[in-house]
Amino acid sequence: MAFVRHILVVAWKDLHLELRTKEVINASLSFALVILLLFSFAFDPTAEQTREISGGLLWLVFAFAGTLIVNRSFSRELSNDCLDALIVSPVSGAALFLGKCLGNVTLLLAVELISLPVFGAFYNVPWTRQFCPLFLVLGLASWGLAIIGTMFSALTANLKLRELMLPVLVYPLMIPGLMAAIQLTTPLVAGQPLSGDLLGWLKLLVGFDVIFTALALALVETILVG
Amino acid sequence: MIFLTGLAAVLLGRNLYVMLLRLPDEAMQGPIYRIIFFHVPSAWTAFTGFFAAMVASIIFLAKKDLRFDALAVSVTEVGLAFGAANLITGMIWGRIIWGIWWTWDPRLTSMLICWLLYLGYLMLRRAVEEPIERAKLSAVLSIFAFADVPVVFFSIKWWRTQHPQPVVWAGGSMDLAMWNMLFLNWVPLLLLGVVLVAVRMRQEEAERELAALRRRAHAL
Amino acid sequence: MIALQAQGVWKYYGDYPALRDLNFTVDTGSCLALLGRNGAGKTTLLRILAGLSKPTRGRATLFGQEVREQGTRRRIGVLGHGIGVYDELSAFENLCLFGRLYGVQDPQKEAIEWLRRVGLDRVKDGLVREFSRGMRQRLAVARAFLHSPSVLFLDEPFTALDDRAVTILQDLLQDARSEGRTIIISTHQLPEALRLATHVLLINQGRLAFCGQRTSEMVDNPGVLYRLFAEA
Repeated sequence: MAFVRHILVVAWKDLHLELRTKEVINASLSFALVILLLFSFAFDPTAEQTREISGGLLWLVFAFAGTLIVNRSFSRELSNDCLDALIVSPVSGAALFLGKCLGNVTLLLAVELISLPVFGAFYNVPWTRQFCPLFLVLGLASWGLAIIGTMFSALTANLKLRELMLPVLVYPLMIPGLMAAIQLTTPLVAGQPLSGDLLGWLKLLVGFDVIFTALALALVETILVG
Repeated sequence: MIFLTGLAAVLLGRNLYVMLLRLPDEAMQGPIYRIIFFHVPSAWTAFTGFFAAMVASIIFLAKKDLRFDALAVSVTEVGLAFGAANLITGMIWGRIIWGIWWTWDPRLTSMLICWLLYLGYLMLRRAVEEPIERAKLSAVLSIFAFADVPVVFFSIKWWRTQHPQPVVWAGGSMDLAMWNMLFLNWVPLLLLGVVLVAVRMRQEEAERELAALRRRAHAL
Repeated sequence: MIALQAQGVWKYYGDYPALRDLNFTVDTGSCLALLGRNGAGKTTLLRILAGLSKPTRGRATLFGQEVREQGTRRRIGVLGHGIGVYDELSAFENLCLFGRLYGVQDPQKEAIEWLRRVGLDRVKDGLVREFSRGMRQRLAVARAFLHSPSVLFLDEPFTALDDRAVTILQDLLQDARSEGRTIIISTHQLPEALRLATHVLLINQGRLAFCGQRTSEMVDNPGVLYRLFAEA
């Protein structure tokens, strides 16, 4: 199906370009790792404290690192008028958008999967015990972040002060999704299984992703075609 | 418009009289509880405004008529003003009853997040100069923001049920007279809101005329 | 047969009408020179016709379909101000990418063929970032023609092209014309465009000032157009 093919071609293109230039992945990864280490020095948390804050710390780090990744999604298409070339092509706005989200999620997951072992080693948490549910939560929350971030990257691509605008707009919107991710990650990283109360947060995260993906797909064509 | 303002003033006057002189003090909180008659309707007015902004934004995207964009920004600004009123009255109440300026009360926290969301709306508008582009981008943001409002309330409430904190007005049963007053006080606030929106829309209209005149002057 | 039609097209930027009530048709196989002073609205019109932006009022159709239809977009080729290729990909990778997006059969083969036609086959694996300006322009031309579009939109194509690129483009346009493709060139470099054109459309301050066949008088004395109609 052409739609799926277009999504994959766009995602591959973004990833290929990123791997060649390593523009954002280096910054994002360094940022994540440095903050995780700095936090450990700054607060020197006990095992009990670590268990309580792990979800919050991880997701704050991933949210900031994630913004570095999605920030340039659409603005990097502006040089050489590549965005115009893409809009004129048979690729639909939705396919272009989803392709970019897919690329961003992949990069974000890469940062997360590299940060987790580092976190596990320095903070002594048994994060591998519940790896499958943890990966599910990482995927869902990263998707939410990618959808909103990529959407707003499209909105702010042309603006001055884009670097400031994107965080200001994205973080308040992300709060419910981040909250759910934090509530889920804290017990999972400590090796506790998902159950009872936590399933409610999972449902919230899924609902959050569904609502904003649908909204974004409905509105993307309007934004891209002036 | 003067009629509406007058009506609002009269209602407000009557309400204040009843509030301060006729209604009895609430059992546990003393006189300060009366602030709720402004605290809660402010929130209702703010969210009515945000809802109206979403509707205006959707209509704008469908019709590309800049008057709906003017409506959207006006109701959002008025909504923000009433939202601020809600936050400030909540903080005052909290200070008097609990001795602290801020608690992570679910409703106050949700209102704060929504307030920040719509502040972002105003910031986005500042950053775009071309009117139709600005209207389009802010319309999209307005729709996203209002879609987030219920999710924010839900998630924060849930978060707080897991870690209970001091709550602004824990509900419980209220005297019928107090419920009536709550709704009765909403009317003048809404009227005030409508008046402010009308003033703001007139300002937007004037801005557009000025911009057109300026362009014509430059072309000469 | 009508390739392109504009019906009652208006475009507003804020309260400012950049295009006012444009109505015209372009027949298949013709070559239209879109002329006008800077700021007259040529680029705005071209963007609407190519599907990059939507008219505030009215509509533009290609072969009877809305321009934004997927099937229609496959038949359009656009050469705009920017080159529309990625600096960090090689020439070959760029063309393969666009070939895939346009659903070209065997994108690699087509990419190599077009690189040869624009004289870039020897640098096919070089990154675009390292190319000279003329080479980048030639790659842009290859990208626009790659998928054998039925309609070509060119915005100021001869500006800032080096001699070799100009020759290549002129040859390609002649070939396209003989293959029956429809071409729309927006330019204020009259001589090249008028030589190729079969029809002329003159825009003045967003309004249609003249639309008709290109005469030999126009080729010999290009200024006549402006003098006759731009004063209106």
